[in-house]
Amino acid sequence: MSLFVDIEKKLGDFHLSTCFEAGNEVMGILGASGCGKSLTLKCIAGIEKPDRGRIKLDGVPLFDSDLGVDVPPQKRRVGLLFQNYALFPNMTVEGNIMAGLKAAGKARREAKALAARIMERFYLTGLESRRPCQLSGGQQQRVALARILVTNPKLLMLDEPFSALDGYLRWKVELELMDVLSEFGLTTLFVSHSRDEIYRLCSRACVMTEGVSTAVVPVKTMFREPQTLAACQLSGCKNYSSAEPFGGDGGTGTRVFARDWGTVFACGRQAPKGLRCIGVRSHAFRFLSWDEPSPDTNVMECRVERLVEDVFHMVVMVLPAGAPADSPDARIRLEMPKETWFAYADKNPCGEGDRIRVGVEPEDILLLT
Amino acid sequence: MDWYPLYNSLRIALIAGVVVFFTGIFAAYYVAKLNRVAKGILDVVLTLPMVLPPTVAGYFLLLVLGTKRPVGAWFLERFGVKLVMNWYSGVFAAVVVAFPLMYRTARGAFESFDETLSYAGQTLGLSGTYIFWRIRMPYCRQGILAGAVLAFARALGEYGATTMVAGYTPGKTATISTTVYHLWRTGNEALAFWWVMVNMAISAVVLLTVNMLERKKK
Repeated sequence: MSLFVDIEKKLGDFHLSTCFEAGNEVMGILGASGCGKSLTLKCIAGIEKPDRGRIKLDGVPLFDSDLGVDVPPQKRRVGLLFQNYALFPNMTVEGNIMAGLKAAGKARREAKALAARIMERFYLTGLESRRPCQLSGGQQQRVALARILVTNPKLLMLDEPFSALDGYLRWKVELELMDVLSEFGLTTLFVSHSRDEIYRLCSRACVMTEGVSTAVVPVKTMFREPQTLAACQLSGCKNYSSAEPFGGDGGTGTRVFARDWGTVFACGRQAPKGLRCIGVRSHAFRFLSWDEPSPDTNVMECRVERLVEDVFHMVVMVLPAGAPADSPDARIRLEMPKETWFAYADKNPCGEGDRIRVGVEPEDILLLT
Repeated sequence: MDWYPLYNSLRIALIAGVVVFFTGIFAAYYVAKLNRVAKGILDVVLTLPMVLPPTVAGYFLLLVLGTKRPVGAWFLERFGVKLVMNWYSGVFAAVVVAFPLMYRTARGAFESFDETLSYAGQTLGLSGTYIFWRIRMPYCRQGILAGAVLAFARALGEYGATTMVAGYTPGKTATISTTVYHLWRTGNEALAFWWVMVNMAISAVVLLTVNMLERKKK
């Protein structure tokens, strides 16, 4: 099964413009809240109408502004799991699950049997006559999923499915959902603002910022080599400096000058055209003892500004010595397991105000456009 | 004692209540979907009878339904039906005055509706009619019922527009409220007191119903 989407829609100042294709896989859309992820899903479901463009499912157009096709949501066979699950509060669990079957013209007995089977699969047997408000968050999600899957959709869309849950339950429900996704094997769109969820659940993903989506890439690539600043921010990287190619090394072009940090770095690959900045993840920095010999490149001398103790990590905010005085991006966040930190602190003075040296591997410099 | 005013009042209020129930709900549903300008204008027009003195509403009704006015004259000529000064003239008055109460409460209820329920229903293949009657209406049930009870109560107590459109003819157009006024004016205070008590009893029951509906909401 395959989905093709290429749509545009204007809503006031907001402009949605997205284009992607999904095969028989779980495809992710990663984006901050208000970036247009949910609007995209609504357009695919037929609840919102794009201004122009095409949506095709298995080659059949669901929407095509040129051909004048706009299949009503009832006929699209697209399942959409809402953030709040949208269970009908006035119906029982069984009533919710049977609603779609009855609409599809199934006889009462057949609908009841199908509902009973799916409820067994989703561990809902015994809860048939409960109301949604009498269920836990996890149970509510299972009812919502069962209600969708019992109607045999061709496409499943999940809109921030874990945002209504917290902590331990969230993880449990995520594991359950993984099982469901592999068991039913549907083309699935998974929308989230959480990089971790996207990484764990999806095979490929795109990033959406202010209504515009990037190319779809395998999630591993997306996190190892983010291409743009927005994608990099969404992937969880917290340290950025504006940067420019640094010439004069025989034309290999792998050196960049990080303006905000006042340092030249050697990188693992050639700086791309239109390089805007570099990013370095918090845990990519390594602390160098003063008695270690200094490597030739990729070393910065910094002043410790602040120490923040996390549950399992130590967060160290530092200011590079070479940073220009007026640079807002100059402060760097370093993060490491507490043991590593204490082992280092044993031998080196590194309280607030002390000077330290940090190094970073060329492969860990993310070149962003 | 002549019970005709009670019978007539209940009959008028029930018919007006049913009419207002459906028209109010549909007006509320469709107005909520309009764009801002059209919504603002229609909202004022539909709510106006609530803030106008009932005599003004009655005046407008007479302008339309009077025997020498276009609609009234046409009905008289075509069907031989006189739209004013009959018992059912009270229904027209009650409908106009009670409509805004139903419309307003229903609109408030519809605005509190969680639209994602409708979206979910659509993606599950449910028709618009099914979603309206089986999901939207039950969700807004309490607000709509409260509106219906209020509209019924208003229709039951209607006086100003009714006297203008239906007048007071004992055994024909007399309602509780017009009877109370007539009895008091003609010095029959004991009987007037009786009808006041009847009216109080009905109103108390109505208010009790509204309160119970609102408590259930929480």
